[in-house]
Amino acid sequence: MNLLLLVLGFPLLGSIILGFIGHRDVAREANVVFSLGTFIASCALTVQVIAEGPLFALNHEFFIDSLNVFMVSLTAFVALTTAVFSRPYMKVEQAHGKMTPSRLRLYHSMYQLFSFTMLMALMTNNMGILWVSMEAATLTTVLLVSVYRTAASLEAAWKYFILCGVGIAQALFGTVLLYMAAEKLIVAESGALLWTSLNAVKGSLDPDIITLAFAFLFIGYGTKVGLVPLHNWLPDAHAEGPTPVSAVLSGLLLNVALYAILRCKVLTDGALHSALASQLMMGFGLLSVVVAAFFLSRQKDVKRMFAYSSIEHMGLITFAFGMGGPIANFAGLLHMTVHSLIKSAIFFTVGHATQKAGTQVMEDIHGLIKVSPAVGWGMMLGSLAILGLPPFGVFASEFLILTTAMREQPWATPFLLLALGVAFASVFARVQPMVFGETTVKALPHPPALIPVFIHLGLGLMLGLYIPPYLSAWYHQAALMLGG
Amino acid sequence: MNFLGYFSQLLEIVLALLLAPLLIGWVNQWRAWLQNKSAPSLFLPYRKLHKLFNKELVLAQHASPLYRVTPYIVFGCMALASAIIPSLSTDLPLSPASDAIALVGLFALARVFISLAAMDVGTAFGTMGARREMLIGFLAEPALLMVLFSASLLSKSTSLTTIVDTLAHRDLAIYPSLAFAGVAFTMVSLAENARIPVDNPATHLELTMIHEALTLEYSGRHLALLEWAASLKLFAYSCAGLALFFPWGIADAQSPLALLLALPALIFKLALGGALLAILESVSAKMRIFRVPEFLATAFLLAVIGMLVNILLGI
Amino acid sequence: MTAFISQFINLLAAILLMLAFSMLAQRRILSLIYLYTMQGATLVAATAIVGFVTNQPHLYFSAAITLVLKVILIPSLLHRVIDRLNVRWDVEMLINIPMTMLIGIVMVMFSFYLAQPISQMSSTIARGTLGIALACILLSFMMMITRSKAVPQVIGFLSMENGLFFAATAATYGMPMVVELGIALDVLVGILILGVFMFHIREQFDSLDIRHLEKLKED
Repeated sequence: MNLLLLVLGFPLLGSIILGFIGHRDVAREANVVFSLGTFIASCALTVQVIAEGPLFALNHEFFIDSLNVFMVSLTAFVALTTAVFSRPYMKVEQAHGKMTPSRLRLYHSMYQLFSFTMLMALMTNNMGILWVSMEAATLTTVLLVSVYRTAASLEAAWKYFILCGVGIAQALFGTVLLYMAAEKLIVAESGALLWTSLNAVKGSLDPDIITLAFAFLFIGYGTKVGLVPLHNWLPDAHAEGPTPVSAVLSGLLLNVALYAILRCKVLTDGALHSALASQLMMGFGLLSVVVAAFFLSRQKDVKRMFAYSSIEHMGLITFAFGMGGPIANFAGLLHMTVHSLIKSAIFFTVGHATQKAGTQVMEDIHGLIKVSPAVGWGMMLGSLAILGLPPFGVFASEFLILTTAMREQPWATPFLLLALGVAFASVFARVQPMVFGETTVKALPHPPALIPVFIHLGLGLMLGLYIPPYLSAWYHQAALMLGG
Repeated sequence: MNFLGYFSQLLEIVLALLLAPLLIGWVNQWRAWLQNKSAPSLFLPYRKLHKLFNKELVLAQHASPLYRVTPYIVFGCMALASAIIPSLSTDLPLSPASDAIALVGLFALARVFISLAAMDVGTAFGTMGARREMLIGFLAEPALLMVLFSASLLSKSTSLTTIVDTLAHRDLAIYPSLAFAGVAFTMVSLAENARIPVDNPATHLELTMIHEALTLEYSGRHLALLEWAASLKLFAYSCAGLALFFPWGIADAQSPLALLLALPALIFKLALGGALLAILESVSAKMRIFRVPEFLATAFLLAVIGMLVNILLGI
Repeated sequence: MTAFISQFINLLAAILLMLAFSMLAQRRILSLIYLYTMQGATLVAATAIVGFVTNQPHLYFSAAITLVLKVILIPSLLHRVIDRLNVRWDVEMLINIPMTMLIGIVMVMFSFYLAQPISQMSSTIARGTLGIALACILLSFMMMITRSKAVPQVIGFLSMENGLFFAATAATYGMPMVVELGIALDVLVGILILGVFMFHIREQFDSLDIRHLEKLKED
């Protein structure tokens, strides 16, 4: 209970304090300190939940179970490493004149507020508050994406706001329908939107209403996951915002949106006794994988390319959860974890690389490895990891997803293989000349933060070789809860 | 059919013929007041009709017989339309004929003849006016039909007298579909009666006129009949609107004495409606002719939504 | 009495739908803002009446929030924005109006079709209007995608939120208070951010035409 308040309190307090002092030099460190506090609190919370089982707080408004507690610590962890990475990154941006003190203050304050909304969305038990947090997350990231105030970043942010605003409005309608279905069954004051209460009565929710509700919720949160055809905002927002923001968008926001869909799916499956939710998720997931893979091959901007790679992976995870069953759910959760670790690591290296080269156009970036071997190797390894090469964790999860697909949904296998092949060819062909070859890039005025990159890659590697027992127990428990 | 029925039918026709020019005068008076002008006499339309009837008839050289019969046909159509709309009583000898579709057909018949006649003499303005009149007509008629269907969905009949009977004797209830239909009907009436914002009845500005272009070549008693028919049309539309949306006070077969009350009620409602029309005309600007299809499409869609709402809410 | 009030709520719902349609057909930004204000006022009336009939005091609160936010605060903000940016000019459409209206009517039919079986399940007095609420949402959604200027897009966004609010009132007598407050806060912050954005966009492009925002696309 107290730990939970700490997890939420750190980022909220941080956002307020950084709102005042965010432009000073000390703010970069303060940002890290607040994120560290959040992370430590979330670790303690995890330990407590592992020891004592699911946890309610504040009149059942908050609920921590096996599904969300690890996502909380993952979120806090990626937020922390990204804060560490953004320290030198923002110093360089300031030296290049792209960040002014007032923009820096906005950036720091919004960064903490963004973490707050993510954690809130993960921990709340109330489907309504979940929606409010997701919308608040949109608002904070809109400000983060547009922080450079360039024409392109404004365009990206506007598109992001309008598209996600529309999408998330559909989710609100879905939430209203959900409430309508539950209201008759749950009498408790304002208890009808609590996920745990809904879960308890899910068998008797009206199937007609729930069908419609899930369709709206899926469209709404699916927009935020970046599922094709609602993905248009995602590459723009990733490419035009500051790189730390791209890292948290890919690493955290997409995950949390998917988490929201999962919560809805559990209820829908319980109410419908049909495979509607699964079929929707499989269909859109597969579509996203294929479309994103083909778009990958046409990108010129490095951040856009990795943004499409995020769409591809989110599609794959959605597909996995759509298939359901213990193995696919396990693989989906694992893939969620490794994708967020490795994709944010890639964005860290991409951030430094683009700063060194002074451009995001891939054709103009060559020979990173000559100037800064660590950045070059980081990017190479990260790309190999995200493409699913063994022994990284992505390989393990993709392998599980593919084998399950072959057994249960054989029609989908050729599409998946084709998409993964296309993605591999296009990303590898682009990354290779960026890393090796004659160099054009210059050294940076401030040394890059490479520790986060290698921690993330190391963890990704570890998950491919060995999953610690408590983690695997969590995966199994969570997969079970998802109906495995 | 009893004596009272025939009497009220006769009364309705006479009343329509007499009151129609007065309604025009009343609207014009209000318009003048609203525009801070000194108002013309209320009886100016009568004097105008009187003057025209006494004037010599001038016919174009190439005018065909069609040109000469048209004023009588149009006048007849409008008079019949005013007769079948239950404005005073629903207990009329003509009520079997008072069908919503027949009413729309009557208006269409008049429109076809006046357009043909306008083209008959072969002047440029006549042809242009005819074309515009047909444009408005083909957009306004479906909308009008939809409005009448919305109303007839409530009473399960397209007979105007049945509709009015049902609406007048219901318990106090609110029909959202009628709100849509009412707005749509107002828009259609404005277009059909050549009022602002579709046409300006007070001008002969050649590029914008519609109604005036049609009657440009007419003179003498022909023109008088056409003007009278135009005022009858406005009267008929007003009565139809009142009957559909404010049917209170219209007498029926069960209460013969209500006829005594129906007359002042009708005059009061018409006076109010005329004033509202003048206000509506004064606050809106005439739109370009190319916007008229948009205007009427809106009316049509509103009427359709009215029907849909009716079906959705199930009343 | 209850039947009469339920009919009155239906009428208010119909007015909301009519306003949504007029917004779709409206060219002038100023009139759009007036229509939005009227929509907000209708919503306040509907919420308060539902609250009165069903004796649910928390609906009075949401009506009050709506009144302050959507009838007073946001319209005056919008007025200030268009004054400062001087954008009273006619709205340009990407599709012509009759076409928009035709698509709109199809959307209305679609949402009525979707909502009809659902609304039977609800136990509220205003259940019949769920279809209208859904239609309002879809119409505002369409308004957003057919407009090329920033301000009408924002008004479309706001009116969509109105539709959602009405849906909540119609289907379930409003969401729990916490959620409703959260939504109101999100909307307010969102509109503030968008307002600031409009100034930035104009600074960058010398125009509020969203068609300038087409640099970022796949080639």
